[in-house]
Amino acid sequence: MAKITLDNLAHSYLPEPTGEEDYALKQLDHVWADGEAYALLGASGCGKSTLLNIISGLLTPSRGRILFNDRDVTEAPTAERNIAQVFQFPVVYDTMSVRDNLAFPLRNRGANATYIRERVQKIGAMIGMEHELDRKARGLTADAKQKISLGRGMVREDVNALLFDEPLTVIDPHMKWELRTQLKALHHEFGHTMIYVTHDQTEALTFADKVVVMHDGRVVQIGTPQELFERPGHTFVGYFIGSPGMNLLDATVKGDTALIDNTEIPLGRDYGRPAGHVQIGVRPEFTRLAAGNDGLKVKVRRVEDVGRHKVVRTDFFGSEINVIAGESEGVDTAADRVTFDPAGINVYVDDWRIEGTAA
Amino acid sequence: MEKTVNQKAWLLVLPVLVLVAFSAIVPLMTVVNYSVQDSFGQNQFFWSGLVWFEDILTSERMHDALGRQALFTGIILAIQVPLGIFVALNMPKQGFWATFCLVTMSLPLLIPWNVVGTIWQIFGRVDIGLLGYTLDQLGIDYNYTQDALDAWVTLIVMDVWHWTSLVALLAYAGLKSIPDAYYQAAKIDQASRWKVFRYIELPKMRGVLTIAILLRFMDSFKIYTEPFVVTGGGPGNATTFLSIDLVKMALGQFDLGPAAAFSIVYFLVILAISWVFYTVMTNLDKEEAGK
Amino acid sequence: MTLTLESVSKVVKGEVHIHPTDLTLEKGTMNVLLGPTLAGKTSLMRLMAGLDAPTQGRVLWEGEDVTGKRVQDRQVAMVYQQFINYPSMSVYENIASPLRLMRRPADEIDRRVHETAELMQLAPMLDRKPLELSGGQQQRCALARALVKDAGLVLLDEPLANLDYKLREELRAEIPRIFEEAGSIFVYATTEPEEALLLGGATATLWEGAVTQFGPTPRVYREPADATTARVFSDPPMNFLHVTKQDGRLMFGDGQAAPALGPLSALADGPYLAGFRPNHLELDRPAGDCLEFTATLSVTEITGSETFVHLDHHGERWVGLVHGVRQLALGSRLQVYLDPAHVYVFAESGALVAPAAYAQAA
Repeated sequence: MAKITLDNLAHSYLPEPTGEEDYALKQLDHVWADGEAYALLGASGCGKSTLLNIISGLLTPSRGRILFNDRDVTEAPTAERNIAQVFQFPVVYDTMSVRDNLAFPLRNRGANATYIRERVQKIGAMIGMEHELDRKARGLTADAKQKISLGRGMVREDVNALLFDEPLTVIDPHMKWELRTQLKALHHEFGHTMIYVTHDQTEALTFADKVVVMHDGRVVQIGTPQELFERPGHTFVGYFIGSPGMNLLDATVKGDTALIDNTEIPLGRDYGRPAGHVQIGVRPEFTRLAAGNDGLKVKVRRVEDVGRHKVVRTDFFGSEINVIAGESEGVDTAADRVTFDPAGINVYVDDWRIEGTAA
Repeated sequence: MEKTVNQKAWLLVLPVLVLVAFSAIVPLMTVVNYSVQDSFGQNQFFWSGLVWFEDILTSERMHDALGRQALFTGIILAIQVPLGIFVALNMPKQGFWATFCLVTMSLPLLIPWNVVGTIWQIFGRVDIGLLGYTLDQLGIDYNYTQDALDAWVTLIVMDVWHWTSLVALLAYAGLKSIPDAYYQAAKIDQASRWKVFRYIELPKMRGVLTIAILLRFMDSFKIYTEPFVVTGGGPGNATTFLSIDLVKMALGQFDLGPAAAFSIVYFLVILAISWVFYTVMTNLDKEEAGK
Repeated sequence: MTLTLESVSKVVKGEVHIHPTDLTLEKGTMNVLLGPTLAGKTSLMRLMAGLDAPTQGRVLWEGEDVTGKRVQDRQVAMVYQQFINYPSMSVYENIASPLRLMRRPADEIDRRVHETAELMQLAPMLDRKPLELSGGQQQRCALARALVKDAGLVLLDEPLANLDYKLREELRAEIPRIFEEAGSIFVYATTEPEEALLLGGATATLWEGAVTQFGPTPRVYREPADATTARVFSDPPMNFLHVTKQDGRLMFGDGQAAPALGPLSALADGPYLAGFRPNHLELDRPAGDCLEFTATLSVTEITGSETFVHLDHHGERWVGLVHGVRQLALGSRLQVYLDPAHVYVFAESGALVAPAAYAQAA
């Protein structure tokens, strides 16, 4: 297991990048702690796969270094990095039995037979395939094959890091639950450093200790799921995490109040008088539908019943404000105001969050 | 998948049926007809039952030709399949050189059989052929028109030159279809080059290799034009393969009855071997998938 | 326009793909086929489209038997999980292609292509080739091609499955709006319960080749006819526990017992299967009467605003979804609570005996 250091890392697929826009991965400087589970979250093309390929050794970065436990591995080939990886689509050795598939990485490294047998048995039980160890891997379902891939990733105890590249893409929703919780349990048991690449916020948030949100080749925030939810550092984080994402409204901020369309909104904290493009962001979870004279005047457009809660979509001068209401909560369609819980309001200047002081 | 029932489809198949009937079934029936009759000229035919078949099946001439044929096919398969795979494995995967290799390798496949024969016939001649002359000058005693071994070596080298590309191209297509993730996983698992080949590349090439072997088997078992142009079946009968023998019998000696019986046996042998090979391969496939 | 399946079934090589199914779909409706992979969603769609002939039963289109009619002769459009467009044609030509096949006049084609492109937000990219577009735009192009035909029946087979999560969310919100305007019969296959709920309309839940229930989506969700439907229409999966009712009490097999409260008190004595959704499990004792269990915590997952707790209750695996971020020690014993109004009661055979009281109120 290892601590992973990204030192001034950047990558461009062009041979001679000129401007910043030529970089698929813009400058990164991070230290990822040993034994933590990280998720790289972002839309396709955000650079998360580029970063993963640099860590796994498939790509050599144009600039900067990557270190595993202070050892520079920037130029080291994949085989030397002692990592394990699970891919988007199951990669199994078709002609081998499940047992041989799991034993393969150990045998190639010359582990002794008794150890291999015990270890494979243990991993087999963990992925719930202990009764199918002697089956040929071919002809198994995609679920089962992906479990073998996961198992093969777990089988070595001494790996520096375990990388997952959207491993649950081919899995049914019901099965996703099972595999994800298994992964989580395995992480608890073994404490590997794990890096999990995905575009699915639920997977990222539920899996990781720390989520690395990427946008346009840049890391916009690294934080715990709670931090990303409550204090999104960038408007993109607010939009990308949460369903629906954060409500964003242009505002004029003066001290501890925001002014939107002549309506004063208490912010709970003092933000001074920020210049630039000022917005306030409030998650639908902190937004309430109200009747009366408080809050912003809106028009309810639609109510979506998502089962465990309702999403009320309202219109505020052409921009959408979403409200989440409880399952058993009645939605008063005559209501024409929304109010915000001050605890859930964040202030953004040119897309980045600014910190307020206690009012 | 079952489609919606529509009887009109038969109408569309009809032209093909007529064509197949005229091109394959009708000539085949003529052959069957000849194989059970005897003629003493003047277009008079007599029913002779299975006599020709008995004759052919017990004739030493047929046995020898079959033996030579099997040996030839065996040797060229044993060379072309591994060589083809080897070439495919070492071909560049993309870029200019990949295209270049593909084009160059396709060239022999585009040359007509008789031209290939003629090329090698001249190429190997001691007096004017580049190969024969060079060998002769090097002091190697080489003469494919007189020495049986030389004739065999020439034919095998020629066939390898002509057809290995086909195996290589098919194997290459199989290799190209393997996703990168497999190679990456193998690197991570620290698999040796041999294991990558044994557990990733070979299984993934299996389908195309089955086809390649089948095609090469059928083609080489029927080989006629090239050896006929180069050696004419000689020296002696050393390179008289089944088809050459058949033509000699049918056109040279005009023994229509035995030749017809010969053709049918020949046809059935190819059919039987291809069928057995194909069935075994697909059954292995199913068995493995099912276990 | 109506599409009616009359005890349609499909058997391939002795294997039942679709059990006899009766279904009537009305004009202008969104019909979701919800079920896991291999439940028969695609098979059922192929029968509806006429791509496959049913082994038994009839398919009626506006009352007319179209069972043997070829798909080309029916008014059907289909969109697949893969983004299928003509790669060498521009987006404009792609959208225009079904109309050209129908030999429409040029000005009509032009008008309708522009209308549909506007609707699908493709107007700025009409001149581009599909492969130059993002995945979401490629699928919009495929959707536009299906819509422009004005087909009576539009089949969508997991059209958003290959898209990024966030793009999926956007298109999901758009699709019901677009389809409201189109007025065809829409059939939409998905594996995700949440998608079914967002699309609204009616839902047919599928399990192992059989439609287990068909009705308005929220009703199927809140009043599942049996345990299978409840399981299919719940993500995270519904939790179950075996109970025996005896002398006004519910016995949980492990020695725990609770008074049979609310609607449960009206049940006859005997064994039952109780089910409840993860979001109804609570870690803090709610006000009023409640059921109480002790379970072992195996894993927690934090989503930012909520926490999934995975519990082991005497061998039954439960999932709870609770508000807020909870830091709990794994392996610890937890008291969990459940409002009896949130409990569905099924017979051991799986048939619904009593729906949850809250669902009837909602």
